[in-house]
Amino acid sequence: MSLSRREFLKSSAAASAAAAVGMSVPAELEAAAGQAEGGWRWDKAACRFCGTGCGIMMATKNGKIVAVKGDPAAPVNRGLNCIKGYFNAKIMYGADRLTQPLLRVGADGKFDKKGKFVPVSWERAYDEMEVHIKKALKHGGPESVSVFASGQYTVQEGYAAQKMMKAGFRSNAIDPNARHCMASAVVGFYQTFGVDEPSGCYDDIELTDTIVSWGSNMAEMHPILWSRVTDRKLSDPERVKVISIQTYTHRTSDLADTEIIFSPNTDTALWNYIAREIVMRDEAEGIIDWDFVKKHMIFTAGPVNIGYGMRRAGEKSLKDGKYTALEMEIIDKEMKTTVSAKEGPALEPFGYKAGDTMKHTGGTLGHWEISFEEYKKSLEPYDLHYTATIVKGDPDENLESFKEKLQELANLYIEKGRKVVSFWTMGMNQHTRGTWTNTLAYNVHFMLNKQAKPGDGAFSLTGQPSACGTAREVGTFTHRLPADMMVKNPKHRKIAENKWKIPNGTLNGVGKQHIMAIHRGIEDGLIKFAWVNVCNPYQDSASASHWINAARDMDNFIVTSDGYPGISAKVSDLILPTAMMYEKWGAYGNAERRTQHWRQQVLPIGDSMSDTWQWIELSKRFTVKDLWGAWAPSGPRKKALPSVIAKAKAMGYSDNTTMYDILFANKDAKSYKLDQKDPIQAGYDNSEGYGDSRNVVGSDGKVFDGYGFFIQKYLWEEYAAFTRGHGHDLAPFDVYHKVRGLKWPVVDGKETSWRFNAKYDPYAAKATKETGNSHAFYGTLAKALQSGTLKGKDKSSKKKSLANKAKIFARPYMDPPEMPDSNYDTWLCTGRVLEHWHSGTMTMRVPELFRAVPEALCYMHPADAKAKDLKQGGLAWVESRRGRVKARVETRGRNRPPRGLVFVPWFDEKVFINKVCLDATCPMSKQTDFKKCAVKIYKA
Amino acid sequence: MPDKMKNKTVSDRRKFILRMARGAGITALGGFVWSAYVDEVTASPLLLRPPGAIKEEDFLKTCIKCGLCVEACPYDTLLLAKPGDNKPLGTPYFIPRDIPCYMCPDIPCVPVCPTGALDESSVTTNGELDINVSEMGLAVIDDESCIAFWGIQCDACYRACPLLGEAISIVYEKNERTGKHAFMKPVVHADICTGCGLCEKACVTEKAAIFVLPKEVAMGKVGDFYIKGWDKEDEKRLEDAKEIKTVTEISKKSAIDSLNSGLGDLY
Repeated sequence: MSLSRREFLKSSAAASAAAAVGMSVPAELEAAAGQAEGGWRWDKAACRFCGTGCGIMMATKNGKIVAVKGDPAAPVNRGLNCIKGYFNAKIMYGADRLTQPLLRVGADGKFDKKGKFVPVSWERAYDEMEVHIKKALKHGGPESVSVFASGQYTVQEGYAAQKMMKAGFRSNAIDPNARHCMASAVVGFYQTFGVDEPSGCYDDIELTDTIVSWGSNMAEMHPILWSRVTDRKLSDPERVKVISIQTYTHRTSDLADTEIIFSPNTDTALWNYIAREIVMRDEAEGIIDWDFVKKHMIFTAGPVNIGYGMRRAGEKSLKDGKYTALEMEIIDKEMKTTVSAKEGPALEPFGYKAGDTMKHTGGTLGHWEISFEEYKKSLEPYDLHYTATIVKGDPDENLESFKEKLQELANLYIEKGRKVVSFWTMGMNQHTRGTWTNTLAYNVHFMLNKQAKPGDGAFSLTGQPSACGTAREVGTFTHRLPADMMVKNPKHRKIAENKWKIPNGTLNGVGKQHIMAIHRGIEDGLIKFAWVNVCNPYQDSASASHWINAARDMDNFIVTSDGYPGISAKVSDLILPTAMMYEKWGAYGNAERRTQHWRQQVLPIGDSMSDTWQWIELSKRFTVKDLWGAWAPSGPRKKALPSVIAKAKAMGYSDNTTMYDILFANKDAKSYKLDQKDPIQAGYDNSEGYGDSRNVVGSDGKVFDGYGFFIQKYLWEEYAAFTRGHGHDLAPFDVYHKVRGLKWPVVDGKETSWRFNAKYDPYAAKATKETGNSHAFYGTLAKALQSGTLKGKDKSSKKKSLANKAKIFARPYMDPPEMPDSNYDTWLCTGRVLEHWHSGTMTMRVPELFRAVPEALCYMHPADAKAKDLKQGGLAWVESRRGRVKARVETRGRNRPPRGLVFVPWFDEKVFINKVCLDATCPMSKQTDFKKCAVKIYKA
Repeated sequence: MPDKMKNKTVSDRRKFILRMARGAGITALGGFVWSAYVDEVTASPLLLRPPGAIKEEDFLKTCIKCGLCVEACPYDTLLLAKPGDNKPLGTPYFIPRDIPCYMCPDIPCVPVCPTGALDESSVTTNGELDINVSEMGLAVIDDESCIAFWGIQCDACYRACPLLGEAISIVYEKNERTGKHAFMKPVVHADICTGCGLCEKACVTEKAAIFVLPKEVAMGKVGDFYIKGWDKEDEKRLEDAKEIKTVTEISKKSAIDSLNSGLGDLY
């Protein structure tokens, strides 16, 4: 990028003037100023690690990123970062970056499942993918072609992947790792609000009086948000209360006024206890805001015998004996359990008592309206004594003082005029009743009218940088389409088909292949092709040995696109070297609905290409006649998919029109021009648009010289069109390149800080114009219900509309399927550490972070260690019914579990803890419970 | 280290080095080694010694360079000074940035010491070995290069500290620049810090911003003649309090001598 002297003077002066008055300058101007001042260029981007969404600036010199700084203009972090963010400049430059496609081949040079990896051309890689996808389609139709997708996709990558999968392959077997992270939050939002994503924003932190962290170690997992919480606490230490509700002591408790250590899974009971206090004391104390509740709420219930999201009897791999007798001890509970003494009282209002047999049917989202009196009945069991007895998680804590803490907690929520924010992430979501627990959080806030107001609200945080922006908003889940539309809904499919200019009837209406269903489908032999995108499913999924065996020892083809050789790459048949984060144009959406874009800062390493490019290249290999004919029933789809070839021809396509021409290089796409005079594009690389100086030989054996149009902008604008007009509105592409992100819905150029609140949300304002109500919960999903009681639905009842209302759910405490017993006597909880990102493929390659935390430790109570004859720093086996790993015992330091529980982080591929974990899920959200299983620990 | 073979090789290698270092004093390795030895005998004030090490001066006299402590260390933390290391030859020390002391509760390196250079009683509380009272050194923070003092949410040292919350704690402070974040600054407590160096190892800056120095180097000392009026504990220092006699330039002569020293230029 060159600057004339005149331009230099102009931009330099503007930047310093702007800095002097503290206003933000357009990024390109700032970049220009930066370049003129030194030998480097500064440009804005978003941090790669976690869902907080900190703004950063990247310094580029000679085509490489050389430094990073926190973006002082970014409202989230104001120039600060955590220690992962601090190392953004280093993450792409690990010595073992993948630079070439790698294929397993035998001595004859042909693909061989048991062969060794050798470098191949992109063309050879795509030839193999084409062959194996066609083989898979022949085997089991679209359901046999699957994708492990990601909450770390850029928005455009996720959109391209989803479009090719759902519109091209007609397969809904695409599901993100975000399933593991916040699916329970999503279903909680859908059930409660009828629409996904939080009502509040991070400003709630500065505006609240009370911060309650529910099973969330924000101090390590959302450090920048935690520093805002800390600042809030410092600003008024007497008034502001911080409560840390956890299953073990960790760094979040450092700041807390009160720490509550609860027994795993009993957070549901604790929420119900608070609700009970609200409801039972209401008559005397006038606690419930009845005006708000009557205008905005209904009470609801659903079935409780919904299983635990494990495999069900009759599934192929169970019949084939792929599960041991030990494993079956737990899996059998998917069909039938005996109600325990612990859960008995909680289940009584629902018609079960301790000792009863509960027959489970697979998870259902169904629910119905109940009366307030029925809801009240569901809360009756949670008096202080029952609650404290089952909730207390530290056997060494005094029950009476524990009761006092619970009472204090309820009183803080209830206190008139006290604002409260409840935060959670994986702790509440990774839970076999995760969806329930999410809805229970809103119950409490709703009854007190402390939701969707500045400083008040239950606020689900996200773990991944674009769990919201890509996985949820774009809809890279098996059941979703962009902007909260569902594949199941024929109207939604039609909207998508029209926008995508594909024949009506193309989209597959059965979206049931969530991430665990994909793993299980591979093990069952249904799925024959799987492509791993921006994730590490062979390290991050519980019951890991099953999925690795299935990938390695069965007849299938696994492809992994990655920057580094992690476990998933190792398990694959083909590895594609992939451009990382700042080597491509992209956008992320954070946990407060803030969308942030960045430009390609540098060229990718080696022959790496972006995921967007990889998907588009794949689309060139498939034509109308390959994909759009009829498909027989397969897997979860019990009906045939009709042929849409005739309709396609009527639209002007032919048998041989490629998906590339239809989905990616159509007339619309080509209208987005590459233009070096466009201030957004000027001076920046666009490897997909132009190709680049590396002259990478592409998937057709020729040097890739670009698509010739601004593909990233096209994908953005086509996607954003889905979002506009119904409360999801995203701004135009160019706008995001000039601002530090915007919180959607962006209406008339203005972002929205509090959704559903008529004062702040234009959609709520519109919906309440006539009623004058304060709020409108305008989500549309499941907004007409039948009625019934806690024990069941009245089948003869009529569906009643509940437009603009939200729901309060009656949901009991239930045990998880696996709990410690005499043989496996200890709870295992897994999670993360501040120093490492997820499976560690990136951060374990940053020397400073590796040095800081080189291995995962088994954190345990010193008394447990002593009783098991384990030495501090010594090695121990952590063994469950599914497998075992060796880890060093740590009885000191950052995590201090109570007796009876150990914590092992999962970042370390050498301490492969997911071999030990159980793949039970919330049966509604299908999110795995990585926080609970039973293990025994002994000297190694 | 899960690999048994690797274990064996490592310990063989270590034995070799030990033998070499032990033998260095007596084997005729030539003038070069001896000349190095001559330079290296003097106490190096910056060396970190194993837990329980007595005062450096006495340690050098007492340690017979047998290497038993080095052999006993399960983490390969302890090194034996080799010719050319520029350290008192054959004596044990450690470099926390490479391998810190992992503070084994059973302190295997100390009881094996045949001479008391590593003094078991100094790491014993109520008759039981207690690594938490060891004083190998003291962690010191350079707050210019510590990124927590910039507002970065780091605290890697704090989380690495085996005595977290006691030896290192976090001080919260409002970040007035951003108006909505807080600094979380690590602070080392000298009375608890053992100098194990796990913080120095974990520190993410290029050169550690927190590092361990021998306590004598890192710490100042206040006189026993002033006791904090607000701290009962501080009175303990009175136990060491000695008779006070002060001499300055002005008082070095006896009173009578200075009175008789003439009136000089007083008038």
